[in-house]
Amino acid sequence: MFPKRFIDFPDWNVGNPFLDFERMRREMNRLSEGFRSGLPSFSNAGVFPLTNVSEDINNYYVRAELPGMNTEDIEISATDSSLSISGQRIIPREGDNVRYHRREREAGKFSRMISLPGSVDTDKVEASFMDGILTIVLPKSEAMKPKQIEVK
Amino acid sequence: MTEMISKEIQAREKKDVAAAPEQTKPGLLFTPAVDIFENDQELTVVADLPGVKPQNLEIDLRKNTLSIIGDVETPEGPGETDHIREFRTGRFFRQFTLSEVIDQSKIEASLKNGVLRLKLPKLEKAVPRKIMVQAG
Repeated sequence: MFPKRFIDFPDWNVGNPFLDFERMRREMNRLSEGFRSGLPSFSNAGVFPLTNVSEDINNYYVRAELPGMNTEDIEISATDSSLSISGQRIIPREGDNVRYHRREREAGKFSRMISLPGSVDTDKVEASFMDGILTIVLPKSEAMKPKQIEVK
Repeated sequence: MTEMISKEIQAREKKDVAAAPEQTKPGLLFTPAVDIFENDQELTVVADLPGVKPQNLEIDLRKNTLSIIGDVETPEGPGETDHIREFRTGRFFRQFTLSEVIDQSKIEASLKNGVLRLKLPKLEKAVPRKIMVQAG
């Protein structure tokens, strides 16, 4: 205890060295995972709409916030490993003699390409639009699904 | 390249509430984008509230303060892991002070595709308001 107080190191540095290796290994894994998929995780690509991509065992999920859009104004196409979302957000005119206090909502065109983390079965891609949130469910191709291996 | 028909939408990060009021519920708080406009008869507030269901929306008008509070249920399922996360979800909150006197009995609100449209009819200015000043 005594020398520890004199060395001005944060606590985790004098702890179990194996824990540090473990931590470092995990950080490295996370980094390399980011590179492998070509997608920077937890950052903003700067393209409208802002999109979340996630996965579970069977599917990839792509979600985007598109309030006030109509389904017919959204165009989605998917290839084996990428997804494109495009469309136009229209904000109708509110009459001639209105005076604005605030005008923050934006109208315009958008198109975005998203690389998927793995290959998908394009025939079974489904999209739904509810409460202004677009959800695209992309079933993973059979090769991407994890297989349970029995130990004999 | 063909001529641009309309401008392209810029990606904007969801805005956190700058001065958040005291919360009783943990979670994130966002400022929704709004349009507010008026004509001679009414004031209209249009707010982008993606992910808010009608039962999770609360509109409150007290004296001159209009509050819009909308809760968003987490859209992700339990077994999902993130790849890209560009937006977060939580609660939308915005408060306005109205200068006009509103006829509270005629307020209309509709929520469609994540957009709230709130019509606030102005009260006829027939009755001049009496202001009581109390000596203190």
